[in-house]
Amino acid sequence: MITFDGVTKRYADGTVAVDDLSLEVPDGAITVFVGPSGCGKTTSLRMINRMIDPTEGRVLLDGKDVTTVDPATLRRGIGYVIQQAGLFPHRRIVDNIATVPFLLGWDKKKARDRAMELLERVGLDPKMARRYPYQLSGGQQQRVGVARALAADPPVLLMDEPFSAVDPIVRASLQEELLRLQSELHKTIVFVTHDIDEAVKLGDTVAVLRVGGKLAQVAAPADLLSDPADDFVREFLGRDRGIRRLGFVPAKNLALDPAPEGVTPEGHGTFNPARDSLRAALDAALLSPDGLAVAVDDDGRVLGVVGQAALVGAARG
Amino acid sequence: MDEPLVRWDWIARNWDNGGPTSVKVLLENHIVMAFVPVIAGLLIAIPLGLACARYRWLYQPTVGIMNVVYSLPSLALFSILLSVTGLTQTTVIIPLTLFSLAVLIPAVVDGMRSVPDHVRQSAVAMGFQPMRRLTRVELPIAVPVVLAGLRVAAVSSISLVSVGALIGQGGLGYLFIDGWQRQFYTPIVVGIVLVVALALVADLVIIAAQRLLTPWARRRA
Repeated sequence: MITFDGVTKRYADGTVAVDDLSLEVPDGAITVFVGPSGCGKTTSLRMINRMIDPTEGRVLLDGKDVTTVDPATLRRGIGYVIQQAGLFPHRRIVDNIATVPFLLGWDKKKARDRAMELLERVGLDPKMARRYPYQLSGGQQQRVGVARALAADPPVLLMDEPFSAVDPIVRASLQEELLRLQSELHKTIVFVTHDIDEAVKLGDTVAVLRVGGKLAQVAAPADLLSDPADDFVREFLGRDRGIRRLGFVPAKNLALDPAPEGVTPEGHGTFNPARDSLRAALDAALLSPDGLAVAVDDDGRVLGVVGQAALVGAARG
Repeated sequence: MDEPLVRWDWIARNWDNGGPTSVKVLLENHIVMAFVPVIAGLLIAIPLGLACARYRWLYQPTVGIMNVVYSLPSLALFSILLSVTGLTQTTVIIPLTLFSLAVLIPAVVDGMRSVPDHVRQSAVAMGFQPMRRLTRVELPIAVPVVLAGLRVAAVSSISLVSVGALIGQGGLGYLFIDGWQRQFYTPIVVGIVLVVALALVADLVIIAAQRLLTPWARRRA
């Protein structure tokens, strides 16, 4: 577990980047630091691996003050993914991924084998191993960045706006990939972003910071959307909070009506109650000319229908 | 007068006549006086350039001084040094080393600046200690820019050596003076051809080294 205990970062010119931050980052979950630029989110992140040391307070990793640990040793035990990937242009992909194992003095073959395993794990063709970073697209480079961070199997992963520099479609697929990886690996991830949608999509917990480095609210995404702590958080969350919150309510509890004669998935919006959210169900209803969302199972068989009125009722909770 | 531009028999007789002004000896001297300054310059420019890249306040004064030195006529420097080092190759090598520094220090600084910030940051975050980060990450990435500077330094050094002929240490430059004094073109043509060939070979060698050392940078070529 990572604990921020009254952490302040003040620079020589008097600027306060982080102001008395106290926060617990739970193990095995994704905690997102989100806020506008100048809110101290990256500074906070970098105090975990000592790229920046706090002026006051302590950052504890598993109960141990990180400033008592040698920086290089500490960092080799913490994965780090940076915006634009930060790959070493002069090293082949396989050796980029094996960077930390090499630093830890692993046997060359063992380090490269591990790198190959990770290359596939992040969804890249093993043929890419021999290439140089410039021969990869931005999205592929970022996958390599994630693989590199995971190479020595660190329990903690720090991600500093890792997906900000790629286009929206690639970003969405990288986000999905991260969630898939996390469901297998259960790392303790601290993820920094300025994009609230990304925060809400990825975070098990979201910490909203405001300019001046003050913590505004820490909450699960659904709670953040339904109960913003103040005007700043409300404004930062933006429009459509109500609709977006429905994305966190599972559709499996919806009462289904029997499908009327002749209602088929064709020509209707459909949703899968086993995996979709209320938001998807409502969307399906809005897309159907008769206002009925058709529930289907994994094999596409019709389970029943829900009307808009019932959906709105369910949304009110 | 049917004097040809090049008299091949002169070349045959003077290529290796055993004397101090045989073309072969002049070429060898030329190579030494051109390359010692470039190698020495590189060895000095790396630590100085690293210092300038690290302590930014050092950079402007250093470049300022080097530019002033670069603007001095080489002949003036040779004359000043004559009283210290006499009519030796050293008198040519020292100024040329200074000239090559004027090119190579900025090249090293630019090379270090060509390391993208996110790459440097990620090296820190991976747990590279400073020295290892320098030797394994930053310097290798700086190589293409440094080699580009080295090409300029090598070619200009090869051409500048000739001026040393005015103090009796000019390598192939002797041929220009000799030919001019005797109104005899063959040595001049031979000198020009050899200097250009030397510059071309040096440039090609550095390009080949660059290809070999930095296959990852081929897109920039």
